[in-house]
Amino acid sequence: MGIPEGIIGHHFSSLARQNEAMRLGMWLFLATEILLFAGLFTGYAVYRFEFPLAFADGSRHLNLAAGTVNTVVLITSSFTVALAIHFARTDRPRAAAVCLVLTILMALAFLGIKAIEYTEHFHERALPGKFYAFKEVPIPGAAMFYSLYFLMTGLHGLHVVIGMSVLTWILWRTLQGRYSSRYYTGLELGGLYWHLVDLIWIFLYPLLYLI
Amino acid sequence: MRLSEADSHALAGAPAPTYLEDGTTVMSWLNTRDHKRVAVLFLFSVIFFFFIGGVFALLLRFKLLQPGPFFVDAISYNRLFTLHGVVMIFLFLIPAIPSAFGNFVLPLMIGARDVAFPRINLLSWYLYWIGAVIAIWAMVHGGADTGWTFYTPYSSTSPTQVAPILLGAFILGFSSILTGLNFIVTVHTLRAPGLSWMRMPLFVWGLYATSIIQILATPVLGITLLVVTVERIGGFGLFDPARGGDPVLFQHMFWFYSHPAVYIMVLPAMGVISECVCAFSRKNPFGYRAIAFSSIGIAFVGFFTWGHHLFVAGQSTFIGGAFGILSMFVGIFTAIKVFNWVGTLYRGAISFKTPFAYICGFLYFLVFGGMTGIALATTSLDIHWHDTYFIVAHFHFIMVGASVMAFLAGLHYWFPKMFGRTYSEGWGLVAASLIILGFNATFVPQFLLGNFGMPRRYYQYPEHFQALNVASTAGATLLGFGFIIILIYLAIALRYGERSVPNPWGSKGFEWMTASPPPTHNFDEIPTITQMPHDYRTHEPPGVIRVA
Repeated sequence: MGIPEGIIGHHFSSLARQNEAMRLGMWLFLATEILLFAGLFTGYAVYRFEFPLAFADGSRHLNLAAGTVNTVVLITSSFTVALAIHFARTDRPRAAAVCLVLTILMALAFLGIKAIEYTEHFHERALPGKFYAFKEVPIPGAAMFYSLYFLMTGLHGLHVVIGMSVLTWILWRTLQGRYSSRYYTGLELGGLYWHLVDLIWIFLYPLLYLI
Repeated sequence: MRLSEADSHALAGAPAPTYLEDGTTVMSWLNTRDHKRVAVLFLFSVIFFFFIGGVFALLLRFKLLQPGPFFVDAISYNRLFTLHGVVMIFLFLIPAIPSAFGNFVLPLMIGARDVAFPRINLLSWYLYWIGAVIAIWAMVHGGADTGWTFYTPYSSTSPTQVAPILLGAFILGFSSILTGLNFIVTVHTLRAPGLSWMRMPLFVWGLYATSIIQILATPVLGITLLVVTVERIGGFGLFDPARGGDPVLFQHMFWFYSHPAVYIMVLPAMGVISECVCAFSRKNPFGYRAIAFSSIGIAFVGFFTWGHHLFVAGQSTFIGGAFGILSMFVGIFTAIKVFNWVGTLYRGAISFKTPFAYICGFLYFLVFGGMTGIALATTSLDIHWHDTYFIVAHFHFIMVGASVMAFLAGLHYWFPKMFGRTYSEGWGLVAASLIILGFNATFVPQFLLGNFGMPRRYYQYPEHFQALNVASTAGATLLGFGFIIILIYLAIALRYGERSVPNPWGSKGFEWMTASPPPTHNFDEIPTITQMPHDYRTHEPPGVIRVA
């Protein structure tokens, strides 16, 4: 099995060089993603320092079980996407496709659980900023906690949706037989992106649910 | 495999057509992957917006002829200075040199056939226009009156079209990030054989340093603008003191991008000047390493200076002092460059062509603007000058005085490279003199006005400031005439200019190794670089094609 047609750009001297370029490009892109979230993490740090009690109290009123299950789901999905890369590079495209399907299903499960949590917040009127009317945590600063909660999980959720779409596209290419031991960089980059989405959640979970 | 027009020419044995001739339909431009065509698309786009921003500036200056209400009402005046800032910064200065000239010459300079990700490069241009169209839509529907800095809490409550302008700026940020990402990867992976890091042209070093800032700073602006947008729409209150938010946090996050953004505008300009200084004094760069590393130095230290915008925003004296000292480091790196450029000029064989006139303007404006910057970084002085016309004059010296002069130097220097035509040298020098004169007449009075205490962004001013304001407006008019002359003679040159020889300046910059205008694939064979850039001691070409 050779390298599928149309993979090497005319301006690259070799596939190895092009793979190097693609990986570097992806890592740089991930750096921009981290800095995008960094703004919200900074906001969280500032207001946690300003309203320590409200943030602790707000955190107690989140659904810890749902958050924990979601953490397990996402970490497992990172494992299955890593397996998909492993199977692709050892020329087992069907196994790779199965792993990608599992990853996408877990992404959907994550979003489903998140949707249940959001519904609870809406019923409790635990809403951001000016819409905040949650009776159980009436202290100043609680509205700010929920503003940050919705901003951070919302932006992360958007990234889950994007990551899922990317993985679906990669699944389609895997089924076309594009990835093999000769070439699997596209799949690898999709995996990298998914790991980042997972990693951001690993920071969000303790900040929002545990402390 | 489908053959491009260039390939079929090569097979037929004829010389490959230039990139301008390789497909002439509109779609061949709108769907191009060629870095040179993307560069030309960007060049025309940024020049278009430069003139729009310039019209806003002239309208502003026209109002300021009179101290009282005149010509426009106060709200329109606020909208005018906001739109002038937004258009000039996000649609002109940020993309101008990297996306237009960088895209064109960076691959040529490093002996590559294209940038690393040609499709992403084209995407960057489309994102630019999506952002621009959203911003134009907002302008037509009333514009914004917050100033280009969008300070909260006013920006979250202003009744004008702030949200679409924020969204436009957010999308333009993506365009900028993708260009920077492309350049870094291109420099790492596509340098020709023999082109070690210490042989890279200084413009490439400047672009590399710029790209680092574009990648690391722009996302922070993105999230900040996004938070203001949700604040306007959903009342999230992160920057709203009524809900426990802190408006100064916005200033911190905004300037974490927007101060380094000054170096996005200036570092590529310094790169252009490094190239032009060598080419027009026929000397190798004096202190090559010092110029190269000071670019990286500015990119690095630029991230630790944002607090100098907050000296009067309730920041502690200690933090203010620390930010002041850190800001002065930028002055050290800049001075290193200035000394090295002057060292390059010293005993060079100077040819006083149009780009050289802009080099002279650039050096003077950069030193003047830079020195006032050092003064402003001193907290005690800044309290006097903060938010006065002194600041306006200072940053216009850097952004117009330095960046626009370098843009014009690059435009004239690379015009034969990009279009294979020559322009009228006489008119070039006339326009350069008008612009340098007009620039001084516009902004030197503003230094004086600021020092006398005239605040920026005010609709009215006391009558005793009128004489200096009239002088400033007269200067701005001269400046406007200068730009229109350039537009006219370059447009004529584009169509009727004499065909240029491949290397009209006799430059030994690497981008002149290939034909002017270059063929679509840039090089028939990738050259092996054997020299430093701008080595005028030998007559050998800088790169050779080794036939194995």
